[in-house]
Amino acid sequence: MHHVILGAGPAGVTAAETIRKQDPTAEITLVGGEGEPPYSRMAIPYLLEGKIGEDGTYLRQTKDHYQTHAIKVAQGPVTAVDTAAKSVALKDGNSIAYDKLLIATGASPVRPPIDGLDQPGVHTCWTLEDARHITKLAKKGAPVVLVGAGFIGSIILESLAKAGVKLTVIEMGDRMVPRMLDETAGNMLRRWCEKEGVRVITSTTVEAIKGIGAPTTTQTEAQTQQQAQTASPDSDEQQPGLIKRLFGISSAEPSPSSYPASAAMPAPPTTNDNTPIPPGSSGLSVVLGNGEAIAAELVVVATGVRSNTGFLEGSGIKTGAGITVDDHLATSARDVYAAGDVAEGMDLSTGTHDMLAIQPVAVEHGYLAAMNMTGTPTKHRGSLNMNVLDTLGLISSSFGQWQGVPGGQSVTKTEDDSYRYMRLEFDGDKLIGAQCVGVTEHIGMLRGLIQTGLPLGPWKDRLIESPERLPEAYIATAHGTPGHGPSGLKIALPV
Amino acid sequence: MLKALVIDPGKCTGCKQCEMACSYENEGVFNPSKSRIRVFDFHEDARFVPYTCTQCDEAWCQQACPVNAITTDEMGVKVVSDSLCVGCKVCTIACPFGTINYNASTGKVIKCDLCQGSPACADACPTAAITYQDIEQTGFDKMKLWAGKTGAAVEIDGPNTPV
Repeated sequence: MHHVILGAGPAGVTAAETIRKQDPTAEITLVGGEGEPPYSRMAIPYLLEGKIGEDGTYLRQTKDHYQTHAIKVAQGPVTAVDTAAKSVALKDGNSIAYDKLLIATGASPVRPPIDGLDQPGVHTCWTLEDARHITKLAKKGAPVVLVGAGFIGSIILESLAKAGVKLTVIEMGDRMVPRMLDETAGNMLRRWCEKEGVRVITSTTVEAIKGIGAPTTTQTEAQTQQQAQTASPDSDEQQPGLIKRLFGISSAEPSPSSYPASAAMPAPPTTNDNTPIPPGSSGLSVVLGNGEAIAAELVVVATGVRSNTGFLEGSGIKTGAGITVDDHLATSARDVYAAGDVAEGMDLSTGTHDMLAIQPVAVEHGYLAAMNMTGTPTKHRGSLNMNVLDTLGLISSSFGQWQGVPGGQSVTKTEDDSYRYMRLEFDGDKLIGAQCVGVTEHIGMLRGLIQTGLPLGPWKDRLIESPERLPEAYIATAHGTPGHGPSGLKIALPV
Repeated sequence: MLKALVIDPGKCTGCKQCEMACSYENEGVFNPSKSRIRVFDFHEDARFVPYTCTQCDEAWCQQACPVNAITTDEMGVKVVSDSLCVGCKVCTIACPFGTINYNASTGKVIKCDLCQGSPACADACPTAAITYQDIEQTGFDKMKLWAGKTGAAVEIDGPNTPV
């Protein structure tokens, strides 16, 4: 039995290990798309801060981990899947036959409608390669513009600010992290960031990124662009990578030269920002929807991600926003499964299929898909959407249906001066969603209560009166009235 | 032989010496807010419940860690490696028991690791509400717990058990 796994992120690696546990004799091939050892994107912000080296981002730390478990790591990316012949085609022209296939190809940054994305100094922050470019440019005191203050943007925000750059963040939505935090929490984050010296501009779009000076020499922008595509080894490396990442691993993508925005750039515009551009810098100007132009040596674009499904075109595998899966994570094609950011898995809170692109869900998917692939039918009950974010020391989190549901009850407790906030959402006497700012102790209990859906009984009213009594409510509800015996019950993995 | 902390809330008087001992043993300070074991006060019921990590077999924290910083030692204990932990806090929202927490002073997470085999909380507990026992014996206590849940069985041997 040959199990082929496309994608070497948390979903793919967890699946490979689970298959190995379930079937000691199976042949397992893990196909990575980037030419790096399997690593965690989540760790990239900490790499940027210098808290860890590149090896600190690796998903498994033991030397020879994959060899030891007889997991063959192959170099992709995969360009096509033939579900009739049961084989996948690799970019290098080879193909791999499979008995069972898992697609865990993740997501890639979306390309916002901004002119001038393809020029030196403009980067997404998604891969190790991106991180290497950003590290070079994010020097102390350098003016940096971050486009997007969503979850990923806000995580990168911290690393950039810690690197000591002069940071401006531009968000299209009316607050920071609009998909994770409500207005109170989002604005609390904003006040905090501003207090910490980061300029935050919300409800504003970025229209264009323009080159205002040429790096190191006096060549024109068009020449720079030309060089980027042909000669400069540094830029040469970066450009195809960027395009590949922006468009996923399928390769019907246009070549960099199809983006003439910068090449057709008029004379260098002036900027109304007083920041001096040091010689030798990228010299960019970020033009906002309100007409303001902000000088930058580095522009980091974090405006959301999209599932990598392009290479499945013509495969017959049904896709929507991601790959359509059933409650066993099987796709519409026989013996093909999907997991992680690429799969439209079940959302526990809503009972509908949706993309929950977070690490714990990727791991859950990987585990469940592997169980199903190795002949132990295991149903997916659904995953809980949750996030935790550290923004320059202010920690926020959100769980489940934090927006609440019609007919439900809600409580909020706000302490503006001390940057603390709690919001709990109930449906009947169950907790269904929560949000915290500045509260970190025992917050996992929020997941415990939401995921188990245990009736809170008298504790609902007590929580509405004082949300900070969460630990008591949790222990009383999940572990019964305190009696004798061990205080913790074990809860099995979701099946 | 595997051993585990056995917590008997009925015997807890809420003195919180376990919190002091844990914090001192692991962080070098007497600061209950840095303790990995916490005593919760159910004042309506005049009860106290010591609470900490149970070292789950398939630990949620371990599975959620993006950099493999939480490993299982030979005693089955889930241990955080300070050199690998990046402080992302995903484990703190993934653990449905809320027993792995962020320590802002170090930028890493902390959880009970049974003090490498001699838990300071159990040593410090004056009423044997917290004991460190062979796992077989905890199995018996689990049975008692379940038996207690099936009917109206009430244990009456603790100093803090209401009549």
